[in-house]
Amino acid sequence: MSPTGKLKLIDRVSAINWNRLEDEKDLEVWDRLVGNFWLPEKVPVSNDIQSWATLSPAEKLMTTRVFTGLTLLDTIQGTVGAVSLIPDALTPHEEAVYTNIAFMESVHAKSYSSIFSTLISSKEIDEAFAWSEANPNLQRKAEIVLEYYRGDDPLKRKVASTMLESFLFYSGFYAPMYWSSRAKLTNTADLIRLIIRDEAVHGYYIGYKFQKGLAQVTQAEQDDLKAYTFDLLFELYENEVEYTEALYGELGLTEDVKAFLRYNANKALMNLGYEALFPKEDTDVNPAILAALSPNADENHDFFSGSGSSYVIGKAVETEDDDWDF
Amino acid sequence: MGSLVYFSSVSENTHRFVQRLGLEELGISVHRIPLRPADGFLRVDEPYVLMVPTYGGGNEGGAVPRQVRKFLNDEHNRSFVRGVIAAGNTNFGAAYCIAGNIVATKCHVPYLYAFELLGTAEDVTRVREGLGRFWQRQSSTKAPAQLSA
Repeated sequence: MSPTGKLKLIDRVSAINWNRLEDEKDLEVWDRLVGNFWLPEKVPVSNDIQSWATLSPAEKLMTTRVFTGLTLLDTIQGTVGAVSLIPDALTPHEEAVYTNIAFMESVHAKSYSSIFSTLISSKEIDEAFAWSEANPNLQRKAEIVLEYYRGDDPLKRKVASTMLESFLFYSGFYAPMYWSSRAKLTNTADLIRLIIRDEAVHGYYIGYKFQKGLAQVTQAEQDDLKAYTFDLLFELYENEVEYTEALYGELGLTEDVKAFLRYNANKALMNLGYEALFPKEDTDVNPAILAALSPNADENHDFFSGSGSSYVIGKAVETEDDDWDF
Repeated sequence: MGSLVYFSSVSENTHRFVQRLGLEELGISVHRIPLRPADGFLRVDEPYVLMVPTYGGGNEGGAVPRQVRKFLNDEHNRSFVRGVIAAGNTNFGAAYCIAGNIVATKCHVPYLYAFELLGTAEDVTRVREGLGRFWQRQSSTKAPAQLSA
């Protein structure tokens, strides 16, 4: 709902023709999203019950709170965020991609509920949701993003949406990667990795559409939007640091999480077409966390540095395309 | 000196990275693989390093963009490839920059470097300097036409 209370909808609908594309990225991303489709029921989270029992009370509390926070963000993105982008779409195919994104965000939100119902009691679930309702930083984060979704600037909406997809989730995503690196809650981590993969496509696509829109406005407006983007990033970052301390402080993980936040903040900016802000020394993610995120992200891919004595011949897990001639 | 051949989609991410490298100043020429089949076919007659973005990930195939597969399917083009650099996103997990693994394996060339999205300032420096050294070494040692595994 917009501040005036009127539901904003697109004015006119033409039948969508996928054989006449105005932007080939729409079909490419649609195909990728459909190909990546998954449901939480396919991931055997119940295999984590024994592992869950080995966590300390403080570790369980942190993990439960992390997932309620993620649930809130995915709920926002599914019911408001991706939907709010539809009236601004430049092509009917772009509208269709947003409906796909909105649906997947709802799948993500439901996934956390399936993790909860598998691992913890309904009393604990209720307590965690009560904590998230009362946590000022989580509420502030939701408020900042919702404010822009309700606003009347389509490009600012895309900036806020890309920040959410590519930056604001990661204070939460850290936790399952941390557990995975310690061989705990590995099935839960597998499920979260599917969410992380989806968010990459969402952030890439919305950021790409932002850049297309940016190219249509004057230099002065471009300058304003860039300043706005960096201001928003700083505002969100300060809030994320406090939120991180509230979640992870007791476990002594705050600094480790903050490096992960800055690393992802840089990626959010890059998705919007801007250069990375935080320097390398501030974004050196704990190698164990990076390996949990991506086992392929190792030093072997830096032949230039001389550290890798030989080159890597691939672990080509990807399905082979059938149009290679050799 | 060798050259750089790259592909970049309409998002232009890889294109912008290449522009920041300033390779022409090092005497390394740059060729771009056309965006679509209708835009013509690139034929290369000198040794090159291939820079390729990784599409998607997951189990659906298509990690190496179709236009790059077509470019490498040409035996003449393929005979000049000396190394590969890939772009990607660690969010894709095991499929991060896997286009680099696929090309390195199929063409028996070293996987030189991987970077994320637009690349950081450090990525630009490392690739620029790395390519400069790579081609100097190739010309001074008169390396065999193609490195093999």
